[in-house]
Amino acid sequence: MTIEIKTTSVEPIRNTYSAIARRFGDKPATRYQEASFDIEAKTNFHYRPLWDPKRTLNDPSRTAIRMEDWYAVTDPRQFFYGAYVGNRAKMQEAAESNFAFCDKRNLLTRLPEETQHQILRLLVPLRHVELGANMNNSKIAGDAIATTVAQMHMFAATDRLGIGQYLSRIALLLDGSTGKALDESKTFWMDDELWQPMRKLVEDMLVIDDWFELSLVQNLLLDGLMYPLVYERMDAWLGEQGAEDVSLLTEFQRDWFKESQRWTNAMIKTVAGESDGNREQLQSWVTQWEPRAYEALKPIAQATTGLDALDETRAELSARLKKAGLESTGVQA
Amino acid sequence: MAIKNKKLNLKDKYQYLTRDMAWEPTYQKKEDIYPDERFEGIKITDWSQWEDPFRLTMDAYWKYQAEKEKKLYAIFDAFAQNNGHQNISDARYVNSLKLFLSGVSPLEYAAFQGYARVGRQFSGAGARVACQMQAIDELRHSQTQQHAMSHYNKHFNGLHDAAHQHDRIWFLSVPKSFFDDARSAGPFEFLTAISFSFEYVLTNLLFVPFMSGAAYNGDMATVTFGFSAQSDEARHMTLGLEVIKFILEQHEDNVPIIQRWIDKWFWRGFRLLSLVGMMMDYMLPNKVMSWAEAWEVYYEQNGGALFKDLERYGIRPPKYQDVANAAKNHVSHQAWSTFYQYSQATNFHTWMPEEEEMAWLSEKYPETFDKYYRARFEHWDKEHKEGRRFYNNTLPQLCQVCQIPVIFTEKDDPTVFSHRQIKHEGERYHFCSDGCCDIFKNEPEKYIQAWLPVHQIYQGNCGGADVATVVEKYYHINPGVDNMEYHGSPDHQRWLDIKGLKPLKSNSEKKSAA
Amino acid sequence: MSQKVFIAFQDNDNARYLVDAVMQDNPEAEVQYQPAMIRIEAEKRLVINRETMEETLGREWDVQEMLIDVISIGGNVDEDDDHFILQWN
Repeated sequence: MTIEIKTTSVEPIRNTYSAIARRFGDKPATRYQEASFDIEAKTNFHYRPLWDPKRTLNDPSRTAIRMEDWYAVTDPRQFFYGAYVGNRAKMQEAAESNFAFCDKRNLLTRLPEETQHQILRLLVPLRHVELGANMNNSKIAGDAIATTVAQMHMFAATDRLGIGQYLSRIALLLDGSTGKALDESKTFWMDDELWQPMRKLVEDMLVIDDWFELSLVQNLLLDGLMYPLVYERMDAWLGEQGAEDVSLLTEFQRDWFKESQRWTNAMIKTVAGESDGNREQLQSWVTQWEPRAYEALKPIAQATTGLDALDETRAELSARLKKAGLESTGVQA
Repeated sequence: MAIKNKKLNLKDKYQYLTRDMAWEPTYQKKEDIYPDERFEGIKITDWSQWEDPFRLTMDAYWKYQAEKEKKLYAIFDAFAQNNGHQNISDARYVNSLKLFLSGVSPLEYAAFQGYARVGRQFSGAGARVACQMQAIDELRHSQTQQHAMSHYNKHFNGLHDAAHQHDRIWFLSVPKSFFDDARSAGPFEFLTAISFSFEYVLTNLLFVPFMSGAAYNGDMATVTFGFSAQSDEARHMTLGLEVIKFILEQHEDNVPIIQRWIDKWFWRGFRLLSLVGMMMDYMLPNKVMSWAEAWEVYYEQNGGALFKDLERYGIRPPKYQDVANAAKNHVSHQAWSTFYQYSQATNFHTWMPEEEEMAWLSEKYPETFDKYYRARFEHWDKEHKEGRRFYNNTLPQLCQVCQIPVIFTEKDDPTVFSHRQIKHEGERYHFCSDGCCDIFKNEPEKYIQAWLPVHQIYQGNCGGADVATVVEKYYHINPGVDNMEYHGSPDHQRWLDIKGLKPLKSNSEKKSAA
Repeated sequence: MSQKVFIAFQDNDNARYLVDAVMQDNPEAEVQYQPAMIRIEAEKRLVINRETMEETLGREWDVQEMLIDVISIGGNVDEDDDHFILQWN
């Protein structure tokens, strides 16, 4: 018997899975493509959910938005699980070294008592907003009906948990890890007038049923106003109070928001561009919720940066929405 | 406040960094925020009693998981670049991967969806966070499996359209209906079904012996993703046990509900695993352990220790456990007989075991194989060699609950098929066992909805009236290429070619590429 | 009735140190080598101590590092900074 490897037996008989080939042609596919397209069940579901008997599992009618094909919404970052955790592992490494640096040099505990108090009152309570964002994105990941959409929200859910944990660790640096500062900070969230419009907004969002409406309100509208206000304007303001070191501990959030706009912008553009019906639906949600997000942030802006800073972020959001053909209140920048 | 920082212990740190971020809502009612927490009748009096099953903050999660992924993808790359598929024991082995990708990987995805949902549902933040981490892990598994199989799909047939087939092919409704059942239940039943009954009690039977089998058959890609996935599974199993203990400790009224769910989900899981039994005994050319041995170690021994531990809550071992234990010597043979006969409608090849494989089966199943199965297999083998490969062209009667054809036999008499039927609202329903019949009787309004593939074909909902059309057009199975007898198939020809052995026919290579 | 707890590791270099440490702390445990995996079982209780691992490895070791190599477990888990315990009641 002679061993002879014939080239024909080494050459592939196809380049990718059939579902991928139907979309992109039979050519070598990327890992993002093979992991993200058409792997979710679409039809022939066996039982109606006891928790929603009017609909099936994976039912497209869990949102008022209509898409011919939800896989039209894709991730410009091309994150599948492996790419996602790889990216975040790098970001957390940087964050970890910043936290270690601040801890080692007591950069926070050296700050005046009053500044420490401001951090606990004005920054740390955002950890609760993050937990709300975490819950909302987990719900969306469970309801969305295409992997390209569902996975972006799952990644957002775990990101927001992580961000809430970084914010909590700022308080733990301040109180020497006793938890005392976190308890104090939570009383602001629960009782301080400054936080009540925001807490009401977050609780109201927790009862939004339509998953796309929820994604719009959370990931576009609230984040679109809050992140630039808090992590850019308020960060600069804290610097003016002598607390520029806090900036090291929120770098993750700044990088994160910059990155997350890529997928949120792409998503809203695709969905609004699908049909007039979608655009009108989105517009009515924007009209309803954008002013509420603005109002919820107003007391925080007034207590820190001043209202102008919030109006600037409002104009930035307005410009983002405009690219998707949506109008919002806000002075054009 | 300038106190010297001290290192937090894991437990305290974790509480501050997870459930302490939650608060008691005042602007919205708790029951509106968590509307699904009560309808199942489970009583939770105090979520703060929840013990976190593992304490992994997101930063540590990202770090460890990225490390795992880096290792895993380095191996996938090396496997593809070196044409690792040529080093497997035998191409018959690849058929177990076809079954895995179409039967198991879609379940990983369904688990992702289910956990993302319950990861929002519970009013206890500790439980939510644990469920969410499992959700993203399950997404990981479904995706790494696509990537692990990607190279095999380029070199073998039958792996090309797994998710499409999972929604349609008759026997794939067995795994699909299992997960649909869990996902359509309430959040506590979902966790009892998947975290406890499946992950904790039964999943070892799927992953551990099967992945060891992959290792033994030279499949580096599968063994690597399998074990890498299992490292997440250890967390999921801990969650499964914690969930059960927590619910049982919360209120005594929960005990009978949980017992009913354990009975149900043990039985559904046991039936689902007959497919795994068949993979282990018949589809792995190099064998690690028999299905019966795996059942003894991973169910009888481990499950026994577990249920002894749960006795203190008033929980007993699952009903019909005795039937399942007795069936360990039969299920794999009965399942393989069925798939052999219906191979014209599967997405993988079947074959009769070779002589030394029959000898192994005789040795592993001294009380059953020679007595009940060998003669039938030798007959089919002889028929095949004489040019009459047996295919059964009738459509089988499916069980209304597990959706497996009624092929299993009575516990006390392996020559008699186990078949139960009842009338419900004027309609007659068929079952494979008392276990499945009981499940139906507890929730008839759920199981009458089942999408039974055979009924659906008869009703014309599967793209055609005859099986050949359904298989080709609706299932996307390429007849004779993806399925039917292994010997003489394009996969077989290609394998002989790879190994430098003389092909049986010369043109088949071209045919398979066309 | 016997009640075995168990832990299974991928058979790799990390596992050799783990097995070493586990056997030091649980001399009555049984190690089983199976294709690509190592399974350790013990009656009722099995403990992995950080201190023993650190001595075996000659470096600092975080209990959670183990998660990378674990394939499966059986038993109730009790985990803190210093140990990982599996047990049945």
